[in-house]
Formats: sequence, structure tokens, C-alpha cells
Amino acid sequence: MTNRRFFLQSSVLAGGGFLLGGGEELAAQPPQRRRGPGGPGTRQVPSAFIAIAATGIVTLTAKNPEMGQGIKTALPMILADELDADWKMVRVVQADLNEGKYGSQSAGGSRSTPNNWDLMRTMGASARLMLVTAAAQTWGVPPAECFTDLGTVVHKPTGQRLGYGELASKAAALPAPDAAQVKPKEAKDYKIVGKSMPTVDLPLMVTGKPIYGIDFKLPGMLFAVFEKCPVFGGKVAGANVAEIEKLPGVKHVFVVAGNGDPSSLSSGVAIVAEKWWYANNARKKLKVQWDEGSTATHSSVGYAAKAEELFAQKPGFSVRKDGDVETALSKAAKVVDVKYTFPFISHAQLEPGNCAAQFVDGKLEIWAPSQTPGRGRQMAAQALGLQEADVTVHQLRTGGGFGRRLANDYLVEACWLAKLLPGTPIKLLNSREDDMRHDFYRPGGFQHMRGGVDAAGKLVAWHDHFVSYGEGEKWVSSSNIGPGDFPAQFVSDFAVEATLIPTNVPTGPLRAPRSNSLAWVVHSFLDELAHAAGKDPVQFRLDLLGEPRVVGQGMTAYDAGRMRKCLEVAAEKSGWGKRKLPKGTGLGVGFHYSHSGYFAEVAEVSVSADNRVMVHKVWAVGDVGRQIIHPSSAKNQVEGAVIDGLSELMGQEITIKDGRTVQSNYHQHPLVRMKQAPVEIEVHFVLSDHPPTGLGEPPLPPLLPAVSNAIFAACGKRARTLPLTKEGFRWA
Amino acid sequence: MSISLQLNGKAVSIDVPGDMPLLWVLRDELNLCGTKFGCGAGLCGACTVHQDGLPIRACVTPVSAVAGKKITTIEGLSADGSHPVQQAWTEIDVPQCGYCQAGQMMTAASLLSKTPKPTDAQIDVAMDGNLCRCGTYCRIRKAIHRAAEIGAGGRSATPGKTAAQPGGGAGN
Repeated sequence: MTNRRFFLQSSVLAGGGFLLGGGEELAAQPPQRRRGPGGPGTRQVPSAFIAIAATGIVTLTAKNPEMGQGIKTALPMILADELDADWKMVRVVQADLNEGKYGSQSAGGSRSTPNNWDLMRTMGASARLMLVTAAAQTWGVPPAECFTDLGTVVHKPTGQRLGYGELASKAAALPAPDAAQVKPKEAKDYKIVGKSMPTVDLPLMVTGKPIYGIDFKLPGMLFAVFEKCPVFGGKVAGANVAEIEKLPGVKHVFVVAGNGDPSSLSSGVAIVAEKWWYANNARKKLKVQWDEGSTATHSSVGYAAKAEELFAQKPGFSVRKDGDVETALSKAAKVVDVKYTFPFISHAQLEPGNCAAQFVDGKLEIWAPSQTPGRGRQMAAQALGLQEADVTVHQLRTGGGFGRRLANDYLVEACWLAKLLPGTPIKLLNSREDDMRHDFYRPGGFQHMRGGVDAAGKLVAWHDHFVSYGEGEKWVSSSNIGPGDFPAQFVSDFAVEATLIPTNVPTGPLRAPRSNSLAWVVHSFLDELAHAAGKDPVQFRLDLLGEPRVVGQGMTAYDAGRMRKCLEVAAEKSGWGKRKLPKGTGLGVGFHYSHSGYFAEVAEVSVSADNRVMVHKVWAVGDVGRQIIHPSSAKNQVEGAVIDGLSELMGQEITIKDGRTVQSNYHQHPLVRMKQAPVEIEVHFVLSDHPPTGLGEPPLPPLLPAVSNAIFAACGKRARTLPLTKEGFRWA
Repeated sequence: MSISLQLNGKAVSIDVPGDMPLLWVLRDELNLCGTKFGCGAGLCGACTVHQDGLPIRACVTPVSAVAGKKITTIEGLSADGSHPVQQAWTEIDVPQCGYCQAGQMMTAASLLSKTPKPTDAQIDVAMDGNLCRCGTYCRIRKAIHRAAEIGAGGRSATPGKTAAQPGGGAGN
């Protein structure tokens, strides 16, 4: 059932309870996943994935950061189901950071579900097996005569029952089973997995309880803001520190030299005050002389001009080359030759970056809403010159991640200030302007696309000259196109080449990194080719995918069958080609494979004579394996990805001028509002015989081309620049 | 300066600069952290509270401007989650990250107090100032309709009024 190996360790809990922990055999993990202070191959003290008290209360540990993706509910559900626990008796607690105990505790790449599915099932099933063994020994009967039912073990022949709480101390004394021999349930026996159990923190959310990073406080805490140079990479040359120190509520002002790494510690001025408002208010009087460095000339206009210049030249390097694309283009019946452009955008997660830290007697304690708390600890330890073992990290609920909290700059800044003020708890909080002007942005890009179809309407040639950002052949984070990116492997004469423009703009992963822009270009261009070929856009794509099969292998493996199925279901559910639509209304389609998930989406859109766009409905069809763990949460992720995609499509753009970000707040980098959201988002899951994978990212990429193509279908205008406001479109 | 207001049904007096925004008075002086900071500029609605029953943006409201007023925060909607809006949000499983939802619920509660059975169009207008970065708008719309039903059912069930049908008011 799995080729991963786990170890188990049980122990007695104070008060006669039972604790079961363990993890993946570190020796069985690929080297990059061997983390934690113990180093490769070592076994740590068992963690408490499952603790059963004598009262029967089952405490389950949620190991990964929760940022709205629902993992704090989903992973404990798997544990509880395999344990056959009564959900009413389950309590869920958030784990502190301890990757030696728990394995990787990051939230990114839609990996939390696939990385933990086997581990959670094995843990839950092992605990259940031990409880059954304890009951069988108590009754002196064979374990095979016993079964479990909602937190009790039942002896089938006699009907005797013992609750898990009653069995806890006896089970704790048993040797933990060999994890390889533990059989998880079959899907037909699930009682919790596959049901929309109450979301763990929901009662706290609807009553306004202080559960987020920003809410965390300690007695005597001081609050900080950190002013960085508006020009990325600039440094403080001087500041009116003495004047700021005298302002109301201000306790300390520090000039921070920084370490040259914007993802760690930038140069800046920190203002520490009794309350955050005093610190932020003091900034109005702050005067900093900045050494802006050599990149203060960078601009979006300059990048675009450079891209045009580079398009006229031979590309810098090859990403993939199959066959002879130039010959194929010269022989094609029709050629489409166009350019696409997409901008930098910001994560704009609603809870601004923040972190609390306290430095006492050489030890650092951190309370962080981070997607990568392990990486955060490593960076804080490096920046402060501490051992990782002297740094404790508590995970707090995050008010949205979207990839912004994969970087830990706010964490390192808080820790730096905590070390400057030993004993004093420090809370660093960004303003919205800080967040928007010092993000790790989704990189923009420019694509010169040339494609050809033959007389029969078949796609026969594809050439992409991608002008992106980086130095030489070294892409900046999340800007690259890969040799496996669709439609690579589906077109025999195919080439992707690239040229990189140096930039000072920090970049990083944003929900469905790379895919969130590439899918829009690829499927908009495919639509153009379909129309050039005189083919229906769905049929053209089905022809391109071909017969169900897996194309490529390893990192470039692409299951054409899974994608076909999603596309077919999306077409069927949306009535593609079967419905008469009013004038000015059109359907558009897109699909994309990313982060182990296959999604096809159709949008129904109307466009008025003055280019006002309304998205009436979206059909989203995904294949993320054989099991949807929490249907309500799963659909919520898809609905959210659709809305997120609409925001990216219509209005979001970060422009660079004089080496810095122009936009400062939501009025300049708009999110979709309720009136702009589709009335309905219809979500379907295709269940395929593959292990379950994540849903945070894969539903987003197809939305952008689906809507863009629907706009073309509705009004005949082809958008090749994002955001669509640049093409003259507005929301209705 | 000393400022008095009615906060969640209780008289509160605080000594802060008059230009301190109500948001920071709530969060840092009174330790009511349910009201959230999102933009600091009245653009996102995460800080929405009620002033005399109407939604206001606490991040751009100087505390001096609400002296003597009745202020209600998410903590005052009900502590046990029994307000129809809280019930509906729970039933529909609205939130993802949940960060904007206190503001969403406060705006929704104000809408329902004035318009007990809002249409989709009325909902869109009322909720226009509240951003949800996770994109839960379809669920928020559903939850407001559901809260309207729960609210109607609740009122109808009080003594002396006609008993409600199971499941609440019309439109089920």
C-alpha cells in the first residue's frame, strides 16, 4: 500500500492515558526531507500524534501550519477515522515546531495532504490495533473476535465493551506494532474521512477569539514597525533617531544594518513602542537618508522596453527543443504569432506580516504565523548567531498565506529586535503598505508565442520565447518555465527558449507559482490556435491530449487520461456546445496540471458594448485522487481559487518605478468584491485511483484562461495583457 | 484624554489620545482582538464594528468620534455563537483563513437588522466594503440568506407569535 516506512512509539500518559507517536523512518526519506536537530537516521522521542486520556478524551495533534486550507481539520480527521474515535470526544491541538518529531511542518506546494496521508493513516490504525489488543488481553479472547465502534472495543461473541479511556493505560504498556504490518481501513469503511466534519477553529472564528498571529500578546510586550528602504536592497545612511525617540509612546529606535538578504534581514529603521499605533504613528515624522544603491533606475516600463528589444534578438538559452519547429512553422497551414504579457503581483494576504519573539538567557522563543516555521527558525538562528536548538517556535493560525509566509523576513526582524531587547517580548507588525511594498512578488513576464496548425486543424508547431527575470540562465524565484510544462511532450516540433532580464525586485511563490501565469498564456494561445484551425476549443484540446496515457516520466510525467476526463466532465456539466447563449455571452475553457492535481474549468461570461465583464458561472472539475477528505473544505478551496483567479485576471498589477513599488494598498491592487463574484461556482471531483493530493493550488491556474477565452467568445476581443484593465475591460 | 463609550452593552472609559483609531483602542487598550487590522485605510472591512447599529470602519475612526456612542464588536454579537449570523456562518462552513469574517459578520448583522430578508442585490451592495482574500463570497451570500431564515424562525418562535415551520421562514 505504501513504500514509505514509519516507526511507532507508545508511552504512558500522566493519569493513565495512552500516547502514540512516531514518524517516517528518516533513513527512508530523501535527504532533502531529513530535517531536525537529530540529523539523518536518528529516532526522536515519540510525539503525541494521538493521546487518549483515561476519561476517553482523544487529543489529536495537528502538525502543519493552518492558513485557511483546512489542514488543521483534515489531518486529525484521518487520524480519528483510522482510530475509530468518536469525533465528539476528539480535541485538536496545534503542534509546536519539532520536525524531528513530526516530520516536515511546512504548508506549501499543496503538499500537506499527500505528504501526510500515509503517516496519519498508519498512526491512527496502529493506535486502534493496540487498543484492540489491550481489550482482547483483558478479556482473554483472540483479537480477531473484537472490533471497534466509535471509541470502544467490542467483543463480538459476548457483546462486552470497553471504552478507549478504560483501555488507555493497558494499551500504553504494549509494544508498538511494526508499522509495516498495520493495515489502514478501506475507503468503504470510513466514517469521518469524506464527511464535512465541523471545521476545528470555526467556533473560535465566529466569536472573534484571539487565535491569529496578530492577536498573540504577552505581559510587558512592546510593539514594533520596521521601515525599509523603498528601493529594494537599499540601505539606511542616517535617520532622525533622537527626534523619533521623543515621540509619544516610543520606547526605542534602532537603525538596523541588515545582512543583505531581503528574505532574512533588510536594512531599515525599527521603532519600538508601548502600543503598535504609537510605533506606526511615529513613522510620519521619521526621516531616513537612504543609500538607494544602483537599482533605483529599474522600472516596469524599462523592463517592457527591454523585453521588446530582446524579442528581436536570438534567445538567451534553450529550455526544451523537440524536432524542428522552424521547418514545421514554415509548412503549417496557418501560423499564429502573438505576444503575451503579465505583471508582477502581490500576495495581499489579509493579515499583515507579523511575529512575536522573546529572547531570555540566550534562548529565543517565537510565536509565528508562518508557512515554513522550520525554515524560519533556521533563518532566525543564522541571523542572530544562535543554535537552532536554542530557538522554540510556536505555530499560530495565519490570516491567509498564498505563499507570502513561505518567506520569514517578518519573523527574523521580530527576532532581531527581541535580541536587542533581552527579556522584553516584541511583536512586530507590518502595515498594509509595508506588506504591499516589500513582498516577494509573483514575477511578471513576456512571451512571444508562435504556433502552427496543419490543413486538418492539428497543432503541429509550438515556439515560445519567454522573456523573464534573472541573470544569465539563473531565473529569479518562481519565474521559470520548465521542460515539462504543457504542451511540451504533446507537440512533436516544439521549442521553448528564454532570455532573462536582471531585476532588483524580490520574487517568490504565489499560489500555484509559475502555473498561475503560464496557464493563462498557454490556454489563451491554444484558443487562438483552435480558432485559426476552425476547431471547437474543447475538441481542439481533446485532440491535443490524445488517447488516455501517461506522457513523460518523473518530474515531467503528465497523465493525459486524467486531464481528458476533467475536460470532458467540465464540457458536459457546462453544456458546452449544447446551449444557445444570448448575444454578448460566451463560454471559455482552460485546463492545467500542477501540484499533483488536474483541473479543467469552463466560465460563462458576458461582456457589454463598453467592455464591462460579468462572470455568471464557473464549472470547475478536478482530479486529486481517490478520496476527498473534507468535501466542504475541498469545495471551499476550489471556490476560493476561482475568486482569486478573477482578482489576478482583472485588476492586480505591481508596477515598479524608480526601483520601488508604486502600489501601496488594496485600492491600487484590487481584490474581487462580492458583487463581482460569480453567482455560482459548480465544483465536481473526478475520483481516480491515485493517492489523495492537495487542493490549495491546482484549481487556480485554469480559471484565468477560461474567463479570458470566454471574453473572446462573448465579444471577439482577445486579451493578451494582464491585468485585463490594461485591455480596457472593467467589471460590470 | 478620557473617553467614555458603550462597548458591547457595558460602559467603558479609556485614557488615550483622541486620534487613536477605535481599532487600536479595541485591540491593544481593551484587548478585544476579534476586530481585525487589514488595510488601515477603510478599504478592506476587516475592522468593521457597529456604531449605534450601523457598520463603521474602526481603523479610520478616531476614538474621539465615538465618545458616548454604542459600539458593538464581534465579541458583542454573542459570546456563545448563538447570533443567527454566527449560526449561519457555522452551518454553511463559510471561512477559510477566517481573518476577514468578523468584519463580514458585523456588516451582515447590521444589514439583517435593517433588512431582515435581503435580496442578492441588497447583499452585494451591503457587503461591498468587505474583502475576502480567500474568496468565500458565494458562501457569505448563502449564509446571509440562511441567517435571515434563522432570524425569522427565532422571532416567530417567541411566545405570543405564530409558531414557525421547522427550518424557519419562507424560501427554504
